[in-house]
Amino acid sequence: MNWELIFGVSLESLFNATMIAYALAAIGLNVHFGYTGLLNFGQSAFLGVAAYGLAMAVATFGAPFWLGLVIGLLGAVVLALLLGIPTLRLRADYLAIVTIAAAEIIRLLFRSVTLSEWTGGSDGLQRFSDDFYAMNPYSSTLDLGIVSWDNRELWVMTVGWILIAVSLVVVFLAMRSPWGRVIKAIREDEDAVRSLGKNVVSYKMQSLILGGVLGSLGGFVIALSNAAVQPDTYGTEFTFYAYTIVILGGAARVFGPVIGSMIFWFLLAFINALLPELIKNGYIPTWFMTPTQAGAVGYVLVGLGLILLLVFRPQGIFGDKKEVMLDGR
Amino acid sequence: MRRAVIIFTAVLGFVLMSLGLGATSALAAGESLQGTLANAGQPVAGVKINVSDESGTSAGTATSAADGKWSVAVKGPGTYKVDLDTTTLPQGVTVTNGRPSLTLTVFEGNARNVLFPLGSAAAPGSKPAESEAPSQFDRVLDLIYTGIHFGLVIALAALGLSLIFGTMGLTNFAHGELITFGALGCFLLNVKLGLPLWLAAVLAVVLGAGFGWFQDRIFWGWLRNRRTGLIGMMIISIGLALMLRYIYLYFFGGDTRQYAEYVAQPGIDVGPLAIAPKNLVMDAVAIVVLIAVSLALTKTRLGKATRAVSTNPALAAASGISVDAIIRLVWTIGGALAALSGVMLALFQGVNYQMGFQVLLLVFAAVTLGGLGTAFGALVGSLVVGLATQLSTLWIPTELKNVGALVVLIVIILFRPQGILGRRERIG
Repeated sequence: MNWELIFGVSLESLFNATMIAYALAAIGLNVHFGYTGLLNFGQSAFLGVAAYGLAMAVATFGAPFWLGLVIGLLGAVVLALLLGIPTLRLRADYLAIVTIAAAEIIRLLFRSVTLSEWTGGSDGLQRFSDDFYAMNPYSSTLDLGIVSWDNRELWVMTVGWILIAVSLVVVFLAMRSPWGRVIKAIREDEDAVRSLGKNVVSYKMQSLILGGVLGSLGGFVIALSNAAVQPDTYGTEFTFYAYTIVILGGAARVFGPVIGSMIFWFLLAFINALLPELIKNGYIPTWFMTPTQAGAVGYVLVGLGLILLLVFRPQGIFGDKKEVMLDGR
Repeated sequence: MRRAVIIFTAVLGFVLMSLGLGATSALAAGESLQGTLANAGQPVAGVKINVSDESGTSAGTATSAADGKWSVAVKGPGTYKVDLDTTTLPQGVTVTNGRPSLTLTVFEGNARNVLFPLGSAAAPGSKPAESEAPSQFDRVLDLIYTGIHFGLVIALAALGLSLIFGTMGLTNFAHGELITFGALGCFLLNVKLGLPLWLAAVLAVVLGAGFGWFQDRIFWGWLRNRRTGLIGMMIISIGLALMLRYIYLYFFGGDTRQYAEYVAQPGIDVGPLAIAPKNLVMDAVAIVVLIAVSLALTKTRLGKATRAVSTNPALAAASGISVDAIIRLVWTIGGALAALSGVMLALFQGVNYQMGFQVLLLVFAAVTLGGLGTAFGALVGSLVVGLATQLSTLWIPTELKNVGALVVLIVIILFRPQGILGRRERIG
């Protein structure tokens, strides 16, 4: 058994770009679902729009890198407005269905052959991250024994963790402000807030935009760490994992999504590294599980974990059961 | 120009593996080029593919198998030229983008998918043999029929989803896995056990009913007794869907496979249309089943009880209706209808572990369009979705037809949020 590899991969995924991207997506989703009680099932679309906004601006239209970032962020804001206007007046399950439909529309548009002149179709786009890596202050690989990151990974991780820190501060300050109290009150009882003269739809829209923009930062991190965008990265499963992460860490808790993402990716990487090793060394007979099948097991466990969490501990690790919006509709 | 007519998936194995999309291919050892050749949804076998490396020396050849798949293992990462031998294509079939030779880069550890879009030489339609291109009128008729056919198939699933939503309030994201269950059950009985397809289909529907009953008996009923909130249950259904989908992948594998019978069937002329008899049989079965369920809902005591629970569970319970028993019945019927829908769906697109998940959004669209929780609304909504997906191809590319249906969903929600047949009630 190559324990060094198994633990190395698992420990790396505690801090790497994938974990950061999911943490940022989950921080945004936490604003939607945890604090406001909006059932946004299209979080992947916010990441996708931001990533493609950046990639298309730079790779297709030759805009400078910073302009690409601005376009990506604006894309997320516009998407929030487009999603919010038809649905925020409706019941929670309508928002769920419309957001998931919109996310799928966006993914299908990104991968369509018709628009491939601009989006690259299912190939996606490359060659937009050169300016980002040109700013890289690291020149050598960081080797800590069983974990190591090369200088590109280090640079993405540094920027990613700064983004996480900034996002957490924003969420923390926003939620203890008067604005945050209204947002949480909307989660608890929308009608009561409305009767106090607050414009509920407007507050929900602001929350949708804030969470979408925070999530879109995750889109930048994924795109830059891969130096490529690819439409199927932003499928509905992305959103479902982000939900698992929010609930695992504890909804309506500032640090919940980050801790949730670290645990989620550590466990998933551990299982995905452990099972093939067990098979290779004969501890699991191949008639029972082949290395190909081992890939599916991790995801079965994600699903099972999500079910068990919601049944037995819906508040997650840090949450407060009273603060989790699971009853209304 | 249109540079991205080359379609492939799997660019960065790591991202895909971390998202579970490439779970199967990314774990395969070594680099390879692979693909599936299909013409109008049917696999194309016996086509020769030559792969050569940058210096022009041959790196391997492959011939597509009965399921249209081919794969060439290459020595290592690098740039390879992939040639499709057009002389080995069946008569009347060509590479539609006119590029049977592609130069591709294979990354380390990457099983790169290569797609040659195939189509009929004359007109990409249902009648490749005909010399004259079908007129616009025929095409519209053809699309209307296909739309109604597809609408009927998803109506079966939508009816069950709508009944479950109506009686229990659950937006069931795991309904797609009930659809896949039917298709997989039918595949197992038909291909592995060698039963005739009609018998396998009937048994698969019975199994689907059992699966629905079982799910409610051991799982959803238990959650109801624990007073789990509705949004909690909705997210639980997402977890269940994820779990079931990857259990299917574990046992069935990631390939799309076909039933043993009725895969390719020549069309018979029905007026101006050429329709495969299997589609007509499916339509008849679907219509009979939908009418039977509708009649049962309106005429029988159990049907009336079901509608009573839908309208007001507390009042229904107070008037002596066993709400739990009704919900269990609805799960049983929903499971059977979804399985039937899956069996039919697999007849024209093959069996795949994520087929239900892929069609689920359209089923949701149908249910929401018709009005959440209204059984007859689900039928109307399904036909609208079926027609919208097909007829939208008159104006937008076929690959975007699902976008058309989903846009229709959002537009209708904008103007008539209660759906087409939904009662005007407060939903905000």
